Amino acid sequence: MQAKKPNGSGNGHGGKAKGSNEWRVKVGLAEMLKGGVIMDVTNAEQARIAEKAGACAVMALERVPSDIRKEGGVARMASIKVIREIMKTVTIPVMAKVRIGHFSEAEVLQALEVDFIDESEVLTPADEENHIWKHDYRVPFVCGARNLGEAVRRIAEGAAMIRTKGEAGSGNVVEAVRHMRTIVSQMKKLTTLRDDELMREAKEMGAPLDLIREIAKTGKLPVPNFSAGGIATPADAALVRKLGAEAVFVGSGIFKSSDPDARAKAIVKATTHFEDPKAILEACEELGEAMPGIDVRQLEEKDLLSTRGW
Amino acid sequence: MAKIVLARPRHSNPEGKRKGHVTIGIVAIQGDFAAHAAILQELGAETVEVRKVRDLEGCDGIVLPGGESTTQLQFLKEEGLFDAIRKFSRKGGAIFGTCAGAILLASEVRNPPQESLGLLDMTVLRNGYGRQLASDVFYGPSTLKQEPLEMVFIRGPIIEEVGEDVTVLARHEGKAALVEKGNILVATFHPELTDDTTVHEHFLQMAVKGTAKAAMAR
Repeated sequence: MQAKKPNGSGNGHGGKAKGSNEWRVKVGLAEMLKGGVIMDVTNAEQARIAEKAGACAVMALERVPSDIRKEGGVARMASIKVIREIMKTVTIPVMAKVRIGHFSEAEVLQALEVDFIDESEVLTPADEENHIWKHDYRVPFVCGARNLGEAVRRIAEGAAMIRTKGEAGSGNVVEAVRHMRTIVSQMKKLTTLRDDELMREAKEMGAPLDLIREIAKTGKLPVPNFSAGGIATPADAALVRKLGAEAVFVGSGIFKSSDPDARAKAIVKATTHFEDPKAILEACEELGEAMPGIDVRQLEEKDLLSTRGW
Repeated sequence: MAKIVLARPRHSNPEGKRKGHVTIGIVAIQGDFAAHAAILQELGAETVEVRKVRDLEGCDGIVLPGGESTTQLQFLKEEGLFDAIRKFSRKGGAIFGTCAGAILLASEVRNPPQESLGLLDMTVLRNGYGRQLASDVFYGPSTLKQEPLEMVFIRGPIIEEVGEDVTVLARHEGKAALVEKGNILVATFHPELTDDTTVHEHFLQMAVKGTAKAAMAR
């Protein structure tokens, strides 16, 4: 006897609401990635290096954020050929990015059967008003956020994982730190408020009340909370972990450094042993040059990636 | 030279192990270790996050959680936990692996072949059902309870074959999904992601038995 519960997924239109089986396996995959490092890769060879170094997943994209920043132009979903090759090469989950609001790119990636989709500000937005309605997909989504209101809006749209936006491709952790501290302190504040005050807070954040009430009760997001954007060293990874990140995305930090293999390994080690300075020291020991960094304050508004999306 | 302790095992009870309580070490390299800790604490067990060999001290049982087996395997080897866990098992200590943990405990891994602890006589196929789109929740028969057992599969492995003396406790689509032999318990699904505590209760009983046996042997 192999019964399947009626609200189980299967046709993509089944139970999508919170608590449905479809939602549980989306958040479930995010749970499996906790404590790990998800690495940006642009080809199969990099994916192999990432997997060997201990990455718990890879993110397939056309160009790493620092190159997108340098070269400009429109950044789109990666080529299908490259994503397919990466999927064939590694056994760990493969994620890929779509432009904000570009639900056709998302449909293509779902048809390709990638394991996770990142609706990402790193790519050039396709829609400046609307994000994707992510409940329509059986593939889980991750979205970036700078504060709790943004995180909750994305979860309400169906994101199964939240990451800080940080400032991708900058090699500068300051924005990731700012965003993680903001989200964590806003959640802490919610736990101290009365019901009547939660309504006001929901209004000010522009976020749905039911999720705000749930966070006020638990003190944490209802989906895993990861960090991304500017992480370039093992100590950066440990820092965001200590501030509350349950796992870490590393973009340009690995393949724009002088020693990708060693650096990938070191960041993985520091992410797991984030509470053990001696282990982080060991991880840093043999490392060469990190990627070049950018002072985010010197960037003009038009060059900021984190202000894309809302 | 004074010895500086830089990091201590994170114990769910800060006072340390309470007398008469079962302590379970949860390998916390990567994966859903926190979900296991929550359910075991709910059942009254103490839990310790295990990242180094020294964290295993005083543990009555070990959990190998879900996550990525390739990532976890590297750490187990690098930290010496690979050998420490095998030693723990030889002494009769109970070990419970879910999903990635099942892969790590198997005697043979396919798709692709991968090194493993080899503590349970079975062959597993990694990502046996396919990619994330094949992940789902199912209900299947189990000898542990009368009602069907809820099974959350996430990029789960398939147990292709088990040794003759391995007991099958639950099945999905006819294939073994929850199996045990002696002090080793393996699930290809994630009981830690459900509200049903049946499988974890069963494991805690195994852990108590294992510790009692080890004490008799001493």
